[in-house]
Amino acid sequence: MTLSILIWLPLALALVAALAPARSVGRVAALLSLIPLGVAISFVARFHMADPALQFVTDKVWIGALGIHYKLGINGLNVSLVLLTTVLFSVSLAWSAMREVDRPRLYYFHFGLAESAVLGAFLAQDLLLFVAFFDLMLIPFYFLVGSWGSGERVRATIKMVIYTMVGSFLMLTAAVATGVIAAGDHGTSLNYTFSALQHLPLSRTDEDWIFLGFAAAFLVKMPITPFHGWLADAYKSMPIPAVAVFSGVVAKVASYGFLQIVLPLFPHAAHHFQVLMLIIALVSILWGTAMAFTTRDARLVIAYSSVAQMGFILLGIFSLRPQGGQGALLQMLNHGVVTAASFFLVAAAAARAGDSERLDDMGGIAFRAPVLATLFLIVTLANLAMPGSANFIGEFMILLGTFDSHMAIALIASVAVVGASFYGLRLFIRAMHNRVGGRVRSFEVRRSEAIAIVPLCLIILALAFFPQFGLSRSESTMKVAMYPAAAVGSSAPYALTGAEAALVSGRSGWWSYAPLSAVNHSPRKPRRVYIYAKTSTHRTVHQ
Amino acid sequence: MSTLLIAAAHVKGPHIDWAALSPFVVLAAGALVVLLVGLAGDASIRSRVVPTLALVALAGAIGTEIWRFPHAQTIVAGALRVDDLALIVDLVCAAAAAAAVLLSLRAQAPGEAGHGEFHGLLLFSVMGMAVLVSAQDLITLFLGLELLSIPLYVLCAAEYRREGSLESGLKYLIIGSVGSATLVYGLAMIYGATGQTGLGAIAHVLAGGHGTNILGDPLLLSGIALVVVGFAFKASVAPFHQWTPDVYEGAPTAITAFMATATKAAALAVFLRFFDVAVISEQTKWAPAVAALATATMLIGNVGALGQTSLKRMLGYSGVAQAGYMLSGVVVGTRLGVSATILYVVAYLLMNLAAFAVVQHQEAATGDDRIGGLSGLGRRSPVLAWSMTLAMLALAGVPGTVGFVGKFQLIHALVNGGYSWLAIILVVGAMISLGYYLRVVAAVWMSPEGTRAGVAPAAGAGGYAPIAGGSPEADRLPYPEVVVVAAVFAAATLFFGVIPGPLFHFAAHAGAAISGLF
Repeated sequence: MTLSILIWLPLALALVAALAPARSVGRVAALLSLIPLGVAISFVARFHMADPALQFVTDKVWIGALGIHYKLGINGLNVSLVLLTTVLFSVSLAWSAMREVDRPRLYYFHFGLAESAVLGAFLAQDLLLFVAFFDLMLIPFYFLVGSWGSGERVRATIKMVIYTMVGSFLMLTAAVATGVIAAGDHGTSLNYTFSALQHLPLSRTDEDWIFLGFAAAFLVKMPITPFHGWLADAYKSMPIPAVAVFSGVVAKVASYGFLQIVLPLFPHAAHHFQVLMLIIALVSILWGTAMAFTTRDARLVIAYSSVAQMGFILLGIFSLRPQGGQGALLQMLNHGVVTAASFFLVAAAAARAGDSERLDDMGGIAFRAPVLATLFLIVTLANLAMPGSANFIGEFMILLGTFDSHMAIALIASVAVVGASFYGLRLFIRAMHNRVGGRVRSFEVRRSEAIAIVPLCLIILALAFFPQFGLSRSESTMKVAMYPAAAVGSSAPYALTGAEAALVSGRSGWWSYAPLSAVNHSPRKPRRVYIYAKTSTHRTVHQ
Repeated sequence: MSTLLIAAAHVKGPHIDWAALSPFVVLAAGALVVLLVGLAGDASIRSRVVPTLALVALAGAIGTEIWRFPHAQTIVAGALRVDDLALIVDLVCAAAAAAAVLLSLRAQAPGEAGHGEFHGLLLFSVMGMAVLVSAQDLITLFLGLELLSIPLYVLCAAEYRREGSLESGLKYLIIGSVGSATLVYGLAMIYGATGQTGLGAIAHVLAGGHGTNILGDPLLLSGIALVVVGFAFKASVAPFHQWTPDVYEGAPTAITAFMATATKAAALAVFLRFFDVAVISEQTKWAPAVAALATATMLIGNVGALGQTSLKRMLGYSGVAQAGYMLSGVVVGTRLGVSATILYVVAYLLMNLAAFAVVQHQEAATGDDRIGGLSGLGRRSPVLAWSMTLAMLALAGVPGTVGFVGKFQLIHALVNGGYSWLAIILVVGAMISLGYYLRVVAAVWMSPEGTRAGVAPAAGAGGYAPIAGGSPEADRLPYPEVVVVAAVFAAATLFFGVIPGPLFHFAAHAGAAISGLF
């Protein structure tokens, strides 16, 4: 069974579900979405933990003339995120299936396309394939917000797409430049696979501007504070199941991109911009915390807390320490589950407060809905990183890594951890306790809500007891991914095992990528990177 | 050398290779037959047989072009060169013309202008494009340009009972004539400076040390500048683009579609011929100027399109921006650049014709082309709605569509040619373009607030709501030929976006057609 099946299954199943009668499309789609979940579980079960190399590799040439491969693979960095994606999509589809949806076939088609694109982005091992999936992810959400959203949905969706596409197009340019310049500098054929590019280092100046192109795309998508302008409108308008997966996994593709692409391929630039990125992360944490604490909209509390959490993840990544990266990865997993659960809980609370998501209209819901309140409490405690939760371990490791590299920034960030308990508890108390809101008609958690919230709470509890699930698989790969960037700062940052060292030190083996006869390096015109010497075959020229 | 050949022609006609000339012959013969049949008294012959004959002529042209594909030849005493570059652009023009014939089957324009004249002029214009892109000589080049333009002036005014169409024709005539005049001046000056009219001969003179410094020879320099202006008028490159939105808006939609795709393709091809053959030795000198033009075109076109409410005006401005993208492939002066431009020309044909087919339907159904008028198309006609969506996403450069592949190859060529900054301008332009392309997609699928509740989704096949809010357009089924054009080109947009291999192969031939490039 190849990874292609995993990627394209959701889209195919959405098309199958469209054959069902309109009333039951949702049920069928939700049930069928368990199949990709099962496939993902089988891949996770067969994953070799100790192996830092790529596993289950599919490698086919997609566009031969440009050296673009259709290369997929699982390593420690994406294995858990793939599972998270399938889980969150199943849960969101289940939530949708219990509700009336306008134009259901189209709705579930867009969900299927979104899941395929997200899985593709996580599994792609070719730069251009990644960019293609990264942009493709946006299309279904454009329609989901614009057609099924609420409020100023068209404005919100266009704003979201423009913001994210600005980053994506810069990333496209940067990605093309990476391959072209690497091929030109080393006199090899064009190749965009991560494994090849890792062994074809760029010059310092090229690395710097290319890094900024990728950073623009990822920081907008995460989103991180100065680039978050689209967040409030888009999250406010999105249908709840869409916002759960968007915040849960789509935003994670960006932070994953930093780990999988930016750090290994552009280590000098990562080191060069480390402090800048750490400060941006810090600003994001503080600003997100402050906004989450002051907004009066329950959904925006979760949205802004995501900004703060993504700040923590960025902090961990750019600590350029394996423990920081490990913490960031664990936190991606935690935050994905917690944020999705939070959005469903906010929707459940709104359903009891006269369909208003304003905190002022809520309150006193817990009295008639103790089970719902308990679930809410579990999620809230996880969100504020209560010791004992997996989030605590994640944030702890992020701070550990940051302390190791930049102590001052880590000190400020650890103060901000406290902020999470302010906004988390404020949301919980305002919604569940306090005076009963004017229009509140509380009732116990229903089957249609429990179907999404309970599984996520169980996962939160499972991760709290067994955080190793998120850490053990990635340990080896993370050390390999971080090593080039860490090695820029100090000559021997940390010890590697034999297998890991073999992956890192393959740098001398760039010659193993044979020069293509069609492309040769130009000595005559140095500003041209390489000469495209392909001549048309079977030509007859009569003069 | 070519002057010698021309001198020899006075004595004895040049040898003509009729096989290589066959695409031109088929088009000319087709145009004449169509004109003659158009004189028939029976109205049903005029409205049925004439378009069919025009399609047959175009099919014949396409067939002969495919037949000649691997045989690059210089024919008619060095006046024309039928190589892969020319043939690919000819194919693009013929495909655009065929689509225009289909789109205008039930439109007003051919009926008002006379079926014979309408289709005959269209075929002559296609022939002009074929001459222009094959031209190897300044004189043939000008002949081709005029043969292309003059039928178009008339076709723009084909619906002569409508004020907008007349205005469009007149505007195009005046501005096009100014462009042509500028071009002739430029060509004359280049002839004066180099003493040659053949593109290859000019390149030979420039490379041979006679005119080593282009900046040092004001005659040659102003000649090149004027030629650029002349071409820029045709390709609607800023700042010579002002006519584009007005003419596109006023002309009959089928003609707008033809002009937007075919004229642009031919103009870009002649840009490639002129810069990458005649003056290639001075590439380092003209490249910054052309890069500046491309930059201005991308930004002006994209910003201009933002505020438009008419679909055709919007597509006009978008065409200006797209001309800027294509022009950036000319800047680098490499084979990769040529193939990237040609790839984009083909991509542009596919995505634009899909969009124009939908515009044609909307005009037929509602009588105007407001973007807001597309509202609810997703329910009324899913095929047209998806075609429009794919076309807009492709024009914006979303992956999975041919527009992404085209932009990708342009960026590739630019980075390789040392113009990374222009690649960044290109993507900035693409970002701005999202602002208007997405508005169209939003209009198609996302009906405005409040109207959604009243309309129940149609349950039956085809998805036509019986009466959608009582609006007249809901009862009007789209014409099958319009749906076919939209669906075929949208499907191609998607197909070549996912499997771009054949397209790359095709475009690489065009790149290899110009010898002497790297």
